[in-house]
Amino acid sequence: MANNIKKALLLGSGALKIGEAGEFDYSGSQALKAMKEEGIATILINPNIATVQTSEGFADKIYFLPVTPYFVRKVIEKERPDGILLAFGGQTALNCGVELYRDGTLEELGVKVLGTPVQAIIDTEDRELFVKKLDEIDVKTIKSEAVTSVEGAVYAADQLGYPVIVRAAYALGGLGSGFCDTREELVKLVEKALSFSPQVLIEKSLKGWKEVEYEVVRDSHDNCITVCNMENFDPLGIHTGESIVVAPSQTLSNEDYHMLRKLAIKIVRHIGIVGECNVQYAYDPASMDYRVIEVNARLSRSSALASKATGYPLAFVAAKLGLGYGLHELKNSVTKSTSAFFEPALDYIVCKIPRWDLAKFHGVHREIGSSMKSVGEVMAIGRTFEEVIQKGLRMIGQGMHGFVENKALRVDDLDKALKEPTDKRIFAIAQALRNGYTVERIHELTKIDRWFLNKLNNIEQTSRELEKYDSLKALPLELLQQAKCQGFSDFQVARALYGDRMAAESEKLTDEVRRYRKEAGIKPVVKQIDTLAGEFPALTNYLYLTYNGETDDVDYLGDHRSVVVLGSGAYRIGSSVEFDWCGVNALITVGKEGYRPVMINYNPETVSTDYDMCERLYFDELTFERVMDILELEAPHGVILSTGGQIPNNLAMRLAANDVNILGTQASDIDNAEDRNKFSSLCDRIGVDQPRWREVTSLEAIDQFVAEVGFPVLVRPSYVLSGAAMNVCSNEEELARFLKLAANVSKQHPVVVSEFIQEAKEIEMDAVAQNGEIKLYAISEHIEFAGVHSGDATIQFPAQKLYTETIRRIKKISGRIAEALHISGPFNIQFLAKNNDIKVIECNLRASRSFPFVSKVSKQNFIDAATKVMLGIPVEKPSKSAFDLDYVGIKASQFSFSRLQGADPVLGVDMSSTGEVGCLGEDTSEAILKAMLSVGYRIPSTSKKILISSGTARQKVEMLEPARKLHKKGYTICATGGTADFLNKNGVPAIRVFFPSEEGNPQILEMLHGKEIDLVINIPKDLTARELSNGYKVRRAAIDLNVPLITNARLAAAFIEAFCELSLDDIKIKDWSKY
Amino acid sequence: MPETRKAVLTLEDGSVFVGRSFGYEKPCAGEVVFNTAMTGYPESLTDPSYEGQILVTTYPILGNYGVPADTDAPEGRVKDNFESERIHCEAIVCQDYSWNPSHWQSERSLSDWLKEEKIPGIYGVDTRRLTKLLREKGSMLGKITFEGGEDIEFHDPNKENLIDKVSTKEVIEYGDGDKTVVLVDCGTKLNIIRCLLKRGVKVVLVPWDYDFNKLEWDGLFISNGPGSPEFADATVEHIREAMKTGKPICGICMGNQLLSRAAGAKIYKLKYGHRSHNQPVLKVGTDKCFITSQNHGFAVDTSTLDSDWEPLFINMNDDTNEGIRHKTKPFFSAQFHPEASSGPKDTEFIFDDFVALLRK
Repeated sequence: MANNIKKALLLGSGALKIGEAGEFDYSGSQALKAMKEEGIATILINPNIATVQTSEGFADKIYFLPVTPYFVRKVIEKERPDGILLAFGGQTALNCGVELYRDGTLEELGVKVLGTPVQAIIDTEDRELFVKKLDEIDVKTIKSEAVTSVEGAVYAADQLGYPVIVRAAYALGGLGSGFCDTREELVKLVEKALSFSPQVLIEKSLKGWKEVEYEVVRDSHDNCITVCNMENFDPLGIHTGESIVVAPSQTLSNEDYHMLRKLAIKIVRHIGIVGECNVQYAYDPASMDYRVIEVNARLSRSSALASKATGYPLAFVAAKLGLGYGLHELKNSVTKSTSAFFEPALDYIVCKIPRWDLAKFHGVHREIGSSMKSVGEVMAIGRTFEEVIQKGLRMIGQGMHGFVENKALRVDDLDKALKEPTDKRIFAIAQALRNGYTVERIHELTKIDRWFLNKLNNIEQTSRELEKYDSLKALPLELLQQAKCQGFSDFQVARALYGDRMAAESEKLTDEVRRYRKEAGIKPVVKQIDTLAGEFPALTNYLYLTYNGETDDVDYLGDHRSVVVLGSGAYRIGSSVEFDWCGVNALITVGKEGYRPVMINYNPETVSTDYDMCERLYFDELTFERVMDILELEAPHGVILSTGGQIPNNLAMRLAANDVNILGTQASDIDNAEDRNKFSSLCDRIGVDQPRWREVTSLEAIDQFVAEVGFPVLVRPSYVLSGAAMNVCSNEEELARFLKLAANVSKQHPVVVSEFIQEAKEIEMDAVAQNGEIKLYAISEHIEFAGVHSGDATIQFPAQKLYTETIRRIKKISGRIAEALHISGPFNIQFLAKNNDIKVIECNLRASRSFPFVSKVSKQNFIDAATKVMLGIPVEKPSKSAFDLDYVGIKASQFSFSRLQGADPVLGVDMSSTGEVGCLGEDTSEAILKAMLSVGYRIPSTSKKILISSGTARQKVEMLEPARKLHKKGYTICATGGTADFLNKNGVPAIRVFFPSEEGNPQILEMLHGKEIDLVINIPKDLTARELSNGYKVRRAAIDLNVPLITNARLAAAFIEAFCELSLDDIKIKDWSKY
Repeated sequence: MPETRKAVLTLEDGSVFVGRSFGYEKPCAGEVVFNTAMTGYPESLTDPSYEGQILVTTYPILGNYGVPADTDAPEGRVKDNFESERIHCEAIVCQDYSWNPSHWQSERSLSDWLKEEKIPGIYGVDTRRLTKLLREKGSMLGKITFEGGEDIEFHDPNKENLIDKVSTKEVIEYGDGDKTVVLVDCGTKLNIIRCLLKRGVKVVLVPWDYDFNKLEWDGLFISNGPGSPEFADATVEHIREAMKTGKPICGICMGNQLLSRAAGAKIYKLKYGHRSHNQPVLKVGTDKCFITSQNHGFAVDTSTLDSDWEPLFINMNDDTNEGIRHKTKPFFSAQFHPEASSGPKDTEFIFDDFVALLRK
């Protein structure tokens, strides 16, 4: 080992956002493990409190602080580490590290960068340097013109010829990037890109070329391997994060594969990477011509995927290489006997599919392209392409049963849907095949390689074959076997056979298929991922199921000593890293209590799918069918459903019906909480109040209900035509429009309407109960009034501003509910409180999103307690003082609106944040300031202006005091019509500014473009379309021009108070253990 | 997908694997071996080292990019896209076959090519189960029969002189470089010839038992080849004779084993051999590691080498020998395939080193 590091600092990636998600929790956790193994003290900076890496036992010290040069420098000054790891926290950590290198901090404070030298990072990040660097070794890049102005961009594009691609330098996941067919499009995009990045690149577009990547590892002895290559199903033009990807490549010949591999190694050697690196190519489908698209000198989403795809722990190895080890000195962690210097041989295929949540956003463009919009991904493993694509399409969890046998896609123009890709294109291909399009025609329109299309066509042909039969008896067994080998689920087979009968009895008919095929001996087998395709014996516990095989690779003991924990599936809005934390902690406790922990999950971005977290990892589907397949083999002591969010929770009833031992709260009680009617009558019975609600099947019934409770009302359709699933309607007109456009009200599709209480506080109870008695609880309070989804709200724990009376009553009500539902395990209740009037709005008998937050703030592991409860181990109540904290935790939400072109960045009843942070402080102000800075807000500069545009009279009043503070602090306020009048009248000077729809100067948009404004507070009166459209342009411009935006008066007030009261220097640099 | 015929692979231990045919339908028998490479079936199938073997691919999907055209390159018989004139293995076995290949260089499907060359191919076999069986019990004999077709006896190819079967029958000259290299054809892959020609030397290809010592040459190269090195006593004798000249000698795969035999070493059969693109190799006495392409069932016992020889490379997975060198003279060899094709090209420098010795 070359360097003698004793203490190392690792930078995390902060909140999950589009382009930077759970993969960095996984890579950071692995790096920490690697450091620990070497006896190196580790310090972690990451405000993302829901991650596994910020849990006890990973780093020695954890700072929940923003990953920005200012704070990192402060921590370095305090901790004086010898080394820093920049490659494990995504673009956030990398950019921060480069800045600290450039300003001399690292040198000044004697911190050595472990792994790839910063100059090499800069050589790959700065486009011009990158091209020059590769020119030196005659490697072809996409020639681009670096420009710093719109005029420069137009000139460059004229030289290159349209279409061109625009890329912003130093930006994560292709932010501000895109294709332009015309000068007009170019000007628009470049202006936006320049607001994020000082430099923009204009390149000739290579649309239609293949996109291939290689994951390369190099050590300081110049030994080099490529761990994995991957091929995009979607040709160039779609960001690799937006693309369906397979590993290994499928359409490359040996010459293609090794020419590109050799080139990747040459590049990595020349740049001087030490650790892990990713090389992306554009590859001509009709010759051996190529271009290097980019090189990522750090762990990336692709490297996390490659790790899971091959079983090769890239992050772990990269961290060791950073310490000076050679690859030949490390062991293959799967075989434990062979060397880490090898290239995995796969005897299976994996397929990654992105998960989008575009329906959650108003106004967002559905087209996918060169910038990322997806919020998560899944990975399917199998032994034919047909099998993995069908598995994967079920895993993304958007109501699809696979590639075929889905509800018909409603598209007006199929050709367009094929040609201009959206999040639904794969289903447009299915529809096209169904409509009789040839593979050739689809290839013409999509440019997707015919190999993939032919495989998809195989699925369609099998589907047609199946449809020729209408009973299992008539169905030839060979055809059934073929369908299963091609990844058909029992449901798909049933649907092909029974068609319309499925509407009423889908479960029954699906169960029939299951029973029949099992009797016929058609069962999946369990195979191992062993990195060497069976060449060497491996004690691997990394497993998947396939129908393309005859024997299981593992033996089953049948001793009922394993406990199966169900994971949370693809990250999506509303369910992400927090459930990974819950799952991992459940596994840890299960193991500690003497059972064998088993995980089922399929999300490659997670720590729970790291095969060293459990005794057995089934990287497979969380469908009823697959979970039952596994449980039948595993014969466990029981199953934990309550730590993986809603996906496993939804399986409760069916699993219980099949005699599965569900640990903890029983399925019938889960159903009593989930079923609105049952829960309501239970509340009535135990005297718990709820906002009034009604399930209605006609428009008249809605009107009648509204007449009773008054506007506004919350409307939740059971069947959504388009747009968001929930909406608040403030008046007749709004209600009528929403019901007409978005929802279908009928007997088949009832709508739930509930009373919407304004200006009520929202309170959350996270708790663990045993046999109906609460053992552990945490009461937190939303900063915003009810109406902002709890996943978007800013939450403070412990609650700071609740009446003692309120808290007492919440405890009582929770106790009654826990008792009535016989809860044994984790649960969460959401309350509304207005003038001590307390109503229950939701109750989930599972761990909630805020479990890691309250666990870490209170330093009591709620999942550990819940898991013990579920294992039947008595859990003691902690002493009363444990609930008495002399500090505050704030959980703030991260939004990714800048990536979602066109989306209205306003918050409502449906969740739209993609991640969160949790920070600790001596008081609310300190915690909120840290948290807001961690999710990308900045303290506005006093030399710039703050825009306030508040809605209702009440909101104006609420903004008055904060505005006064701003004024006193020396800020210049500008405000729109009513707000300006109100502020001026009340003695706070405000400059009147104008909406784009208004005549007059100064115009807000011009001021934003001129970078005069440093904070935008825009509060819509209500969520009606008319009101929203008014401020939309301003909000969108703020997002596109990277100006911090707040759309909620209560949050704005809290943030303003925080930064008026405290400066950056007042923020304490304290690690978690010091609270 | 076309209608296919049921085919059965039976191993000598009685194990049975049922699949379906996508190639030529005639019963065949041979030694069953597995290869963990994920690409390169046209190269592997035409690699003479697979003579007499039934090849199992552990990568489950086969035939994806079809088969390239059978063109003649300018150097006469050194074809562009293949490693020899014909398919050498007895049959190929996989999990899943791609009926619709896709590649700009593809001229026909793998299925069509196998039919032309009268080689069986079967898919639908649990190749992981099969591989594990071969790993645990060692390489086994096997046979493939077709539903409704005739049976066949097991056949052990290692009992014949396979080298003689695949070696050239005549002396052939390639190129016109400044230096002349004699290439002893024990079943050479064409890429060895290409790699030498690319470096500007003249190549004289001779039969395995040809006494090349009577020719004028600057360097000697001993090729790869199938089966047991014990059959090539004649070659070993000729190498011993050549060593006396002190002129550069290099060997690949079988060439490594024959050079080792000439250097006094014993050869033994590996349990199931090395056949893959990912074999890690360490250059002895350095920190330099290489990923190599390999295809061999026998290995050199370096403890039996004469005292003026030493190991040059060792396998990092199982410590078996991967090459030897003479302590003072310009003789060296590699057990792996620096000519790749198929596989990684990281060790092509072996040819550079060899040609540099010629020009010293």
